[in-house]
Amino acid sequence: MKIHEYQATELFQKAGVAVVSGHVATDAQEAARIAEKIGYPVVLKAQVLVGGRGKAGGIKKVNTPQELATAFARLRALKIKDYPVEKVLVVRAVNIKREFYIGMTVDTSRNDVVLIASAAGGVDIEETAQKDPQAIKKYYLEGNPQIGGKKWQSFIESVFDDPHYQVKGTEILRGLIKVFFTYDCSLAEINPLVIDDKGQMCAADAKINFDDNALFRHEDVAALRDIRYEEADEMEAKKYGLSFVRLDGNVGCIVNGAGLAMATMDIVNLSGGASANFLDVGGSSNPEKVVHALRIILNNKKIKAVLINIFGGITRCDDIARGLVDARTKLNLSVPLVVRLIGTNEEEAKALLARHNIRTYPTMREAIGQVVAIANQ
Amino acid sequence: MSILLNQNSKVIVQGITGRDGSFHTRQMLSYGTKVVGGVTPGKGGQDVHGVPVFNTVAEAKEKTKADTAVIYVPAKFAKDAMLEDIKAGINLVICITEGIPVLDMVEVMGALKGTGIRLIGPNCPGVISPGKSKVGIMPGHIHKPGPIGIISRSGTLTYEVVYSLTYHGVGQSTCVGLGGDPIIGTRFVDVLEMFMRDDQTKGIVMVGEIGGEDEQIAAEYIKKEAVKPVVGFIAGRTAPPGKRMGHAGAIISSGNSTAEAKRVVLKDAGVVVVDFPEEIPVVFKEKLGKCLHDAKLL
Repeated sequence: MKIHEYQATELFQKAGVAVVSGHVATDAQEAARIAEKIGYPVVLKAQVLVGGRGKAGGIKKVNTPQELATAFARLRALKIKDYPVEKVLVVRAVNIKREFYIGMTVDTSRNDVVLIASAAGGVDIEETAQKDPQAIKKYYLEGNPQIGGKKWQSFIESVFDDPHYQVKGTEILRGLIKVFFTYDCSLAEINPLVIDDKGQMCAADAKINFDDNALFRHEDVAALRDIRYEEADEMEAKKYGLSFVRLDGNVGCIVNGAGLAMATMDIVNLSGGASANFLDVGGSSNPEKVVHALRIILNNKKIKAVLINIFGGITRCDDIARGLVDARTKLNLSVPLVVRLIGTNEEEAKALLARHNIRTYPTMREAIGQVVAIANQ
Repeated sequence: MSILLNQNSKVIVQGITGRDGSFHTRQMLSYGTKVVGGVTPGKGGQDVHGVPVFNTVAEAKEKTKADTAVIYVPAKFAKDAMLEDIKAGINLVICITEGIPVLDMVEVMGALKGTGIRLIGPNCPGVISPGKSKVGIMPGHIHKPGPIGIISRSGTLTYEVVYSLTYHGVGQSTCVGLGGDPIIGTRFVDVLEMFMRDDQTKGIVMVGEIGGEDEQIAAEYIKKEAVKPVVGFIAGRTAPPGKRMGHAGAIISSGNSTAEAKRVVLKDAGVVVVDFPEEIPVVFKEKLGKCLHDAKLL
């Protein structure tokens, strides 16, 4: 889960990280009041959860109340990658002398949390990482949020050449580490971390992503979710324990297990069809889930036929079959279903479907061949 | 021999009194797995399907001499369940639970270091050595003893591969579900090494998917060390590119984790990469010939 820059900035500030002073505004009057308090010039930053904000014109420096009024109106009218700008962060304009990058994430290949820092911060950090890997410094925490000692000293010296900023930088990195562990982040990033013309070091941007699996222990964080950025269908699917992603094709897919669901989509495409969605009904099955799954995927009117591919382990085939029979009566289905069921309670499932004149196919390849043929008619 | 599990493996079930734990204890018992005990704090003294329940792993280990633990507890308790196994010195820990926070797994991996304990999972279907022992949630009846070792990041897709092998008369030595999470206890390379050393295993199937770089690391190993044929299947060729996560992810993983990239490096390493699961038994019949049905293997 992602949160907006102004929310991330607040979490960093609470953890003792110096940030560029500012506040978020939803209307022009509020923005003007904030600017008045901070003192002009100020920078207006559109709050969106997608990248490429700067290039889309989502950041504007203004020198006077008149400029602010015009710029604010423009930002509010702006759409960045189709997302409207509802909130604008108003911050002091900083005269940047130096830009650093600091970030923290989990390096899954090392099973460890890693701090990443560079004296070459800013928007081109990824390019820097590609072209000049030496400019990127890493510090593995080895599961320990406490920092210090020789290993730390050599890391911090490799990023900040001035001893004064080694101390300041350590303070800020401590705050970053605190935020990361306190809130179960998957990413916490300050880019750029700046030194301004007065010699102050502070965070000029903030990004935090959270581990969805850990949200159960952070209700305060979960409440920050901006649902405008969630696909309505995908949110609804989640509510019923289904994992769903909409795609461009016309073959609807209902499968159990993510790996088999992906393989099913791949083989639909390799067989000359195009999948309309990824849908994993999850481990345990109940007939209701199948009804919801069908209803949600059929919101997509492009779908010409639906493939149900189930390999029952934990999932019981007869539960799936009951769901299909229910769905046919409840949903008034107008598209053909192509069903392949195998595994736990397969016989009961096939008998039930036969009684309701729903044909089943013995293998995945045959079922996929059939569903693609119908969809391509 | 098989790897990880055999007919003598003694298994305790953590979360045995829960819905999943209880159901799968019955399934494992009927497959012939030696389930010697269960653990649910506060429910010691009860029994589930005739299996005694203990309050702690340490107590269960002492009383039953268990060497293997399987975890079915809810995600929020899974870290403590694994740490308990590590403390008690259980050799093999298989964690079925899905949805465990990543930082919990970082902690568990830290505690595992240097202990020699093998963790499989989390978020995996478990391990089965057909005809000997099944520890996990896979349907036992689709398996058949034989010479093919399977390593997979997926659950049901593995069943599809196993079904296809068994249907064509090709049995399996051991099937290992590694799990679908970003941090897992055991990766492709670890199990490839075990299969290369295992007498019963004559060929290996790797079922991979998009994301991460474990298949690439496995390819490096295969290029240098493989002495047995490896067949690969990679799921997710048509999956839309994942949503990006800031810069740190991109800086850390400079590699290419698409299905196509993985297929290419595996082919480069000499792996036969197939498009459809049912091609797998065909490849082994060509590569291994009569060796496949040599009864002495089993």
